[in-house]
Amino acid sequence: MIFDVAVLGGGPAGMAAAAEAARGGARVVLLEESPAPGGQVYRAPPAGFEMKPDRDRQEGDALRAALAASGADIRTGCRVWGLGGGPLVPEGQFDAPFSLSALSADGAPFTVQSRALILCCGTHERIIPFPGWTLPGVIGLAAATILLKAQGILPGQRVVVAGAGPLLYAVAAKILAGGGSVAALIDAATPGEWLRALPALSARPDLLAQGMAWRAKLLAARVPVLTGAQVTAAEGNKVLSHVRVAHRVFEADALCIGHGLVPATEASRTYRARHVHRPEDGGWVPVLDTAQRTSVPFLYAAGDGAGVRGAAAAPAAGRLAARTALHDLGFSLAYASEEDAALKRARRTGAAMARMMTLRPAMVAAIPAETIICRCEGVTRSEIEKAAAAGANTINQLKHFTRCGMGPCQGRMCGEAAGALLAAARGVDVAELGFATGRIPLRPVPMASILGDFDYADIPVPAPAPI
Amino acid sequence: MNMRFDAAVIGAGVMGCATALFLARGGMRVVLLDRGEICREASGVNAGTLTMQMTRAALIPYALRAHEMWMNMPAWCAGGDVLATACPGLSVAFTDAEAAMLEERARIRREAGAPIELIDGRAAQAIEPGLADGVKLAGHCPIDGFASAYLTGRAFRAALQEAGVTLMEATPVRGIDGRFMLDTSAGAVAAQRVVLAGGVWLQDMAAWLGVTLPIKVLINQLVVTERMPPVMRTVLGVASGLLSLKQYANGTVLIGGGWQGIGDRARGGVAVRSENFLGNVRLAAHTVPALRQARVVRSWLGLEAETADALPAIGPIPGIDDAWIIGSVHSGYTSGPYMGRILAQAILGDAPELPLFPIDRLLHQRSNSA
Ligand SMILES: Cc1cc2nc3c(=O)[nH]c(=O)nc-3n(C[C@H](O)[C@H](O)[C@H](O)COP(=O)(O)OP(=O)(O)OC[C@H]3O[C@@H](n4cnc5c(N)ncnc54)[C@H](O)[C@@H]3O)c2cc1C
Ligand SMILES: Cc1cc2nc3c(=O)[nH]c(=O)nc-3n(C[C@H](O)[C@H](O)[C@H](O)COP(=O)(O)OP(=O)(O)OC[C@H]3O[C@@H](n4cnc5c(N)ncnc54)[C@H](O)[C@@H]3O)c2cc1C
Repeated sequence: MIFDVAVLGGGPAGMAAAAEAARGGARVVLLEESPAPGGQVYRAPPAGFEMKPDRDRQEGDALRAALAASGADIRTGCRVWGLGGGPLVPEGQFDAPFSLSALSADGAPFTVQSRALILCCGTHERIIPFPGWTLPGVIGLAAATILLKAQGILPGQRVVVAGAGPLLYAVAAKILAGGGSVAALIDAATPGEWLRALPALSARPDLLAQGMAWRAKLLAARVPVLTGAQVTAAEGNKVLSHVRVAHRVFEADALCIGHGLVPATEASRTYRARHVHRPEDGGWVPVLDTAQRTSVPFLYAAGDGAGVRGAAAAPAAGRLAARTALHDLGFSLAYASEEDAALKRARRTGAAMARMMTLRPAMVAAIPAETIICRCEGVTRSEIEKAAAAGANTINQLKHFTRCGMGPCQGRMCGEAAGALLAAARGVDVAELGFATGRIPLRPVPMASILGDFDYADIPVPAPAPI
Repeated sequence: MNMRFDAAVIGAGVMGCATALFLARGGMRVVLLDRGEICREASGVNAGTLTMQMTRAALIPYALRAHEMWMNMPAWCAGGDVLATACPGLSVAFTDAEAAMLEERARIRREAGAPIELIDGRAAQAIEPGLADGVKLAGHCPIDGFASAYLTGRAFRAALQEAGVTLMEATPVRGIDGRFMLDTSAGAVAAQRVVLAGGVWLQDMAAWLGVTLPIKVLINQLVVTERMPPVMRTVLGVASGLLSLKQYANGTVLIGGGWQGIGDRARGGVAVRSENFLGNVRLAAHTVPALRQARVVRSWLGLEAETADALPAIGPIPGIDDAWIIGSVHSGYTSGPYMGRILAQAILGDAPELPLFPIDRLLHQRSNSA
């Protein structure tokens, strides 16, 4: 069967999009790789974990409940690796239904097809490399959040939390709440930056209050908070033991660090949608009209994957995408859009937060020459600069010259820093470097699970070339 | 901008790069233009197999000489390197029909000069312990190997510069006026001679000169795995030629063989065709069972050119003095540097070491009227 709407990603944007589309009468399927819908911020704990219902959990539970009641076909634990259909057809053919190939939780492959596709793929974390960032004990803020939110596990006993954006304070507060100690909080933003963000944040007093509460917790626990500062090095013999911040050294068994969020655009790039580089949105984002349409017919994007605007804005954007999709598919909607104002407000707050999380060129400039940038392939800053001097002009050409971004993460981790370094070395804007071509698989996929059972005789080997 | 060159080479793939390099070494002032970046089409994305067992028989003498060039690349390319690695090559047959095909193809290639011997499955497994059981017959060629094709642009770039070639990347040529004024995005470029080296876009380029040269476009798919422990040590193919497998020093395994994806001249490689993706990886896993443990990290596509008779287009363009063409070479990465060298010899007025592949045979009306 062909669904009317497929939603890729079950975070707040995807949950809301799927529920809204189903409410409008469409046959909807939602694909999410985690065991339960929720996404990054509303990540559900695994079965058997009882966790205190905090504010995030309540909002997440509300979205989950609405989704469950909507009648959408919810496929969780399903990692989508293959994309096809849509504009990916031979010359002269009409666009095909979208097709998404996935592996279910037990590894079984399946494919779904849909007339419209809403991408709600969220973000990857940005980590600007520094000496020692690949040491065991150094983890991303996002990974720390998963440990804390989904499983109530502390990343370490004595933790340095560092980077940029509100996640810093959320993670530090959760570590304290879980009984861990925070050796220091290193915030790249200056107090001035926070002050400038205040007017936009006050549009959402609830979020502002939450932020204040986090800070109060840190104060009460006498956690040293360094602002306008950054980690100079993570040090230790095989595992992390110290974190250096200029002349100060903190003992720590874990460093949780993140420098913002980067929209996950693998799927929109694979579908060859137009993209634009907007630092304030997190980097490369698909070009959208005001109703969440990408440049590809019947392909929509919503949530942070379309530009970082935060969890509050994501559901509204998802609902808008769903309504637009239904409209484009010819459904007549019996109800009007009611939340444009809320969406605008949430986006304003989100934009202020996102600005604080944009890539900081000074931080990239400070990376020492021999620091590894691409950890999959072991490519250092100086190798990237040598490649630039040798004529690598674009991100795709840098890949060829150095293998930077060719490993299992396909540039998700290193792409931003590598781009910034290449742009700086060439003296051009990052936008001029282009972005890495999107190709399947979206995630590394085990051969064993896609091969299936087959007979040699049934492999449709094409005719040989002439001898 | 007013520039005058002895030769303008249009298209910076392996064919254009090699031709430009040897023309410059022969004393010419050369400009090499590409609409994109150096070696980022077929020549930078191909499977890098340097094999005799997929090469058309007529090209084997060329491929053998080119194989030697690849293995010594730093020596003639100013240190430029594509990590060419020599190893034995095996072409295997799992069925009687494939064995018959293999026997015939190996015989023809042997007659053309490729030292291919036929061996049984057990002997093949001794050469390639990663090979599956059930091989009925295998062609074994001690001269085989592979390169990391993505390094090709980097490898040629320094040598081109050292030889004094003016490299103009991101400079599409839009047409050619008179003899020869190139209309480019960076203004007019004047040259005494012109060499068309445009891969699958040769058809468009020939049209600039009023020549109708139909070029078929193949959209080849490739798949690469994550790094894994050693699972193979040869270049492996099947009798039909529709598999090429090799494991690089970094542990990744490249799976190819010419399975077709979606794309065209205008849009480039658009997407992998899922049934062909599946067919290709199944054939690979059937041949090297340890690949079942691999994870696929990436797939991609590249465009390969083919003339009506699937033989190269290399030589002068009939009726237009000082206009030359090079491309549409089957397994063209393998023989690329040598093809560029012999075309440069011809352009420089020397006799090429081996014969070119003039295109008169492909231009019926023209050759009749000429
Ligand atoms: C660690 C972390 C903590 C955060 N904490 C807060 C916070 O406290 N407060 C706040 O306001 N904002 C927070 N944010 C920001 C917030 O997560 C986002 O704004 C919000 O989640 C965006 O929603 P989304 O639906 O766009 O994306 P996400 O919530 O990221 O959801 C995307 C979903 O898509 C799924 N997905 C992606 N690709 C595939 C695929 N190929 N196959 C299957 N599934 C796929 C992912 O598994 C994920 O569940 C946090 C972000 C991060 C990374
Ligand atoms: C996926 C794939 C796998 C392959 N595997 C192998 C293999 O394992 N072994 C092997 O021997 N061969 C292989 N081949 C074949 C081999 O790659 C090609 O034969 C060879 O690279 C062709 O080189 P070329 O220089 O003719 O073309 P290309 O490398 O395509 O170069 C043509 C150049 O012309 C440029 N151009 C086009 N239009 C213009 C314009 N208007 N102005 C300026 N420049 C222009 C393009 O940008 C391009 O750079 C493979 C091919 C593909 C696609």
